[in-house]
Amino acid sequence: MRTSLDKAEKGNSVKITGLPEGETAAQLIRLGITVGRTVKCLDRLPGGTVILQNRRQEIAIGQRLAENISVVI
Amino acid sequence: MKNDRIISRLEGKSSSGADEYQKAAKVALAGNPNVGKSLFFNHFSGMYADVSNFPGTTVSVSSAKYKNYEIFDTPGIYGVSSFNEEERVAKKVIVNGDIILNIVNGFKLERDLFLTLQLIEMGKKVTLIVNFWDEIKRRNIFLDVEKLSELLGIEVITTSAVTKEGFDKLDYAIENAREGKIDDEVLSLIEKTVKKTGDKTDAVLILEGDSETAEKHGLEPGTPNDREMIYIGRRNRISEIIDQTERENTPKAEFANKLGRLALNPLTGIPILLVILTAVYFFIGDFVSQRVVNFTEIKIGKELFEYNVKSFVAGYAAAEVTVEIPGAERTDEKTFLFPKGMNARPDLKSEFETFSSKPDAVLHFQFNNPFVEIVFGEFGVVTMSITYLFFLLLPLVMGFYFVMALLEDSGYLPRLSTMLDKSLSRIGLNGKAIIPILLGFGCITMANITTRILGTNRERTIVTAILQFAIPCSAQLAVIAAMLSGLGAVPILIYITTMFILFVSLSTILDKLIPGESSPLLIDLPTMALPRMKNVLQKTWFRSYGFMREAGSWFVVGSLAVGIFKISGLLTAWQNLLEPVTVNWLKLPKEAANAFIMGIVRRDFGAAGLFDMNLTPEQVTVALITITVFVPCIASFVVMLKERGWKEGMTVWAGTWIAAFLVGGIVAQIII
Repeated sequence: MRTSLDKAEKGNSVKITGLPEGETAAQLIRLGITVGRTVKCLDRLPGGTVILQNRRQEIAIGQRLAENISVVI
Repeated sequence: MKNDRIISRLEGKSSSGADEYQKAAKVALAGNPNVGKSLFFNHFSGMYADVSNFPGTTVSVSSAKYKNYEIFDTPGIYGVSSFNEEERVAKKVIVNGDIILNIVNGFKLERDLFLTLQLIEMGKKVTLIVNFWDEIKRRNIFLDVEKLSELLGIEVITTSAVTKEGFDKLDYAIENAREGKIDDEVLSLIEKTVKKTGDKTDAVLILEGDSETAEKHGLEPGTPNDREMIYIGRRNRISEIIDQTERENTPKAEFANKLGRLALNPLTGIPILLVILTAVYFFIGDFVSQRVVNFTEIKIGKELFEYNVKSFVAGYAAAEVTVEIPGAERTDEKTFLFPKGMNARPDLKSEFETFSSKPDAVLHFQFNNPFVEIVFGEFGVVTMSITYLFFLLLPLVMGFYFVMALLEDSGYLPRLSTMLDKSLSRIGLNGKAIIPILLGFGCITMANITTRILGTNRERTIVTAILQFAIPCSAQLAVIAAMLSGLGAVPILIYITTMFILFVSLSTILDKLIPGESSPLLIDLPTMALPRMKNVLQKTWFRSYGFMREAGSWFVVGSLAVGIFKISGLLTAWQNLLEPVTVNWLKLPKEAANAFIMGIVRRDFGAAGLFDMNLTPEQVTVALITITVFVPCIASFVVMLKERGWKEGMTVWAGTWIAAFLVGGIVAQIII
């Protein structure tokens, strides 16, 4: 299902299909979140923050950023 | 200032001693946050650098001589660029370094290799140091070091910095640093620009859109799309490298991981936070500020140190000593006059000694000579400064730094940021803002610099204002805790609620006033770890030492100023001037104005000035609220001006005057 990252549920495997433009994209790529990569959604907090696991690394992404990242769940 | 000096030395601009430094090869330590760089720097320098399990501690560049090299420590970064102030600092050091020791967390190799490849592509001489090697072995991760070295084209050594395992290979690492393998695709991409710049370092930075470097060569920086393309290419190569070098047996969920996840979700995270806060309260509020300080301040400071100094001085100088003996029904009070000093009247002296030897006796020494009074009297430079500094503040400040160090090293703070993100974004901030704010409870001056980790200027402005208005620093909090803890729950609740309302309204108002919006949260969560006691104690010790060194001189200045004010009559004039505000509006005794003078010099000094006054619990509450909101100390005022500019700095400073009396007064009108 094509959607945005903020819709991911705990335990989902999500494949990244699109990043927002500009500096944010650069920061995401540096942390290993690139288009085509499949990561695991460890948790989605009540505020909408998504916790991703990329191999052994854990990254927290705020809701406002997550809704601008397109994914396939 | 120190940073600028070190950086200009790096760039070879320094006038004095430039030759000496140009001979020594410059070795830069570079790596992501939390890879243990500072432990390596400690090894090279033989000195202590701040180490912690959260980003933002190495805000300044440290340098040290080691054998024939000059070693530079840098802030932790995920890549070389100019996204924030820390990165700009690190970039300068790396660009100008001859040799780069790139330290990576072997446990998070994939994340860390981004910087490694970037450094190699920039044509730097690099050696890769894979740290946390013991951890990798313990968790059954297999890493093919030889293959990694072959793929990258540079030496790779393995270390466990906390046990110093592998540190014997560090000399080898420096001596054998070399340029690594660069992908053909990258080479052809940068080829044209290299011809114009003359080296790969600047070429890569320009293509990645670094406008500072582009300007230097009069070239156009790459577009965000160019940068993204380069970044993605780099990430793809990293995936290939990881596939060829790393194998992991099924990872088991460890307790630390589970706890780390529980700390993120408000449902479990808030109870965890409450447990932590309760523990902190019992440690600081009960153990340190009651038991320890009662002993050090009263027994050692007042009864032993001050008594002996004052009675020794009174032996020679004209003095008036009042002795109060509190009894069940009435207080027994007697004043002894020694116009020529105690030693001139042995009979009266022994009578005084007998009378004052009763337990609970309270002594007041008043020296007739104004200079003696300034040095040894009630606000004496020698007497009061030393008691407050060493016997009141030091134990409390050490307690705070100890707690901060524990929290920092556990990896809890980025999780707290994540949990609070939603709430903080309602008041114009993002979760990261909690880090400078928490640090502010340690030292506002330091926290002013740490605001650099925030994404936008707007957030920096808001957090800087919050720090000066609503956050008491450890030294001030120490005195506040000591004064409030004897008074029961109500004053504490009023104090906390008032500060909280101020915090939220200030942030909300600034959020509305300043155009733009806060940057969304994107934070890398470090592995939770049990703090190492040695590191925690070392950090506590060094920060407390730094505090004492910094605070000491200001304390002397403050008490000297108050002493001079007092004997010259200016203190009374100031008290009278502020009397309408102090007495009518704040409903405090007019002597409370003294605390405001001291508060201009140091915030804790202001609170300490209230310590000995006879105030009702309500008055204590009002006085403490007022003094907390009141102006930041001189050191943090100066740093704020430097970081945020004159206009913003002065606005905040002036604003604290108004807010202090406004908020304090409103509370006074309600509760007194």
